[in-house]
Amino acid sequence: MNEHIVKAYEDELNMLTAECARMGGLTEAAVADALEAVVRRDQQTADLVVGRDERLDVLQADIERKAIRMIALRQPLANDLRRTVAAMKIANNLERVGDLAKNIAKRTIVIIESDPMVPLTRSIERMGRLVVTRLKEVLDAYTSSDLERAMTVWSRDDEVDEHYNSLFRELLTYMMADPRTITACAHLLFVAKNLERIGDHATNIAEIIHYEITGDEAIAAERPKTDPLQR
Amino acid sequence: MTRQRDDAHAQGVSTTISRASQAGPKVSATDISVFYGDKQALFDVSLDMPDRAVTALIGPSGCGKSTFLRCINRMNDTIPGARVEGRIILDEEDINDRGVDPVLLRARVGMVFQKPNPFPKSIFENVAYGPRIHGFASTKSELADIVESSLKRAGLWAEVADRLQAPGTSLSGGQQQRLVIARAIAVSPEVILMDEPCSALDPIATAKIEELIDDLRSQYCIVIVTHSMAQAARVSQRTAFFHMGTVVEAGATDEIFTNPRDTRTQDYITGRFG
Repeated sequence: MNEHIVKAYEDELNMLTAECARMGGLTEAAVADALEAVVRRDQQTADLVVGRDERLDVLQADIERKAIRMIALRQPLANDLRRTVAAMKIANNLERVGDLAKNIAKRTIVIIESDPMVPLTRSIERMGRLVVTRLKEVLDAYTSSDLERAMTVWSRDDEVDEHYNSLFRELLTYMMADPRTITACAHLLFVAKNLERIGDHATNIAEIIHYEITGDEAIAAERPKTDPLQR
Repeated sequence: MTRQRDDAHAQGVSTTISRASQAGPKVSATDISVFYGDKQALFDVSLDMPDRAVTALIGPSGCGKSTFLRCINRMNDTIPGARVEGRIILDEEDINDRGVDPVLLRARVGMVFQKPNPFPKSIFENVAYGPRIHGFASTKSELADIVESSLKRAGLWAEVADRLQAPGTSLSGGQQQRLVIARAIAVSPEVILMDEPCSALDPIATAKIEELIDDLRSQYCIVIVTHSMAQAARVSQRTAFFHMGTVVEAGATDEIFTNPRDTRTQDYITGRFG
């Protein structure tokens, strides 16, 4: 790719992408830490995740402001336009992921109050690790503009969905067997649901990367779906 | 909307710019080469321009877009040493046929230049001149009607109705440009060529011309050369990118500006080194 004739324009575009990548790193850490907090029953880590979420909100607002400024002042076109819009959309997705991570962390306090349910926690951990990996892969694909890698994440969204569906059934079994676990299980169900949605956001980001690189937005309609309600 | 665009390197392949709702192109250029003496300015350019739509020609200085525009109303005929090869079909007629009178052709294919060039006559006479010499009006009131409707269509009537006898040159730059557009449409053209019509105008006057272009689009085939990417994006439905005397890429404007196929197009419209 040739450089822009106007150097400051080139710098601003690079800064926008870099800030988005930085936000991605923080979001990824938030999800990993939130998962850690639930699995290890670690209130301190949970509090940290909740406290750090505001930073993500600030970053998202900043990226959005910079992208809008870029559109107003530089009128980006073609790949530059797609890059600007992609940064804005990815920041939005990451902000949502941050909120979901915060929500997971907040549930830790209730989950800690009940007795540990080891097999369930393991299932949550497996699903969580898978989601964190997906998020990491898609963010790596973003920073390296790697279409193939982004598409790998995109095509494997159903694995997360399958984990969620089986966890859902597992939780139901627990609750039916011992009603005293219902409170904790309900919270774990939300944790699982949040993880599943984080997986969806990773897939969204893969689609945004696809648009940024190819200019083709049609892919969103083709995503493989596993719908638990259709089973 | 169906679209077909030429491959990056398939120069000379016709770029069919047609919309499903429309029949064939209004103007169809095939393998146009232009020579100024020994120097070749255009190389086998083929481009279709649909009716009732704006086609924008973009590209760096010296890429041949103005040369191409001038082929469409045979303005290159007037340049000593200029030679044009290839075919330009307007409706079903080859405009370079021996039987075609260039003066009559230029009534069918009007042109607006970068710098407004009103005649050193009154506002009224500027617009009345064409219809009069082409015999479009048999009475004075008919002529006055043509002048009024042309000025109205050019969006200038309200500003000049009370001073039609004032010299055309007394108007502001933007008004003068609309005056020459009124002059062009007074002879009922089918095609309007515009060579950077707004480059000498301020943003308000530019906006008025752009609004006018959008308005005229419903009746004419408009071809506009512009150096402003933003203007091409705003006013046109089709865009052709010229580079070093060839058409690199032509297609729907929104596609060209969001997802160009050729890296040369991309580099040019995004302001990178070519």
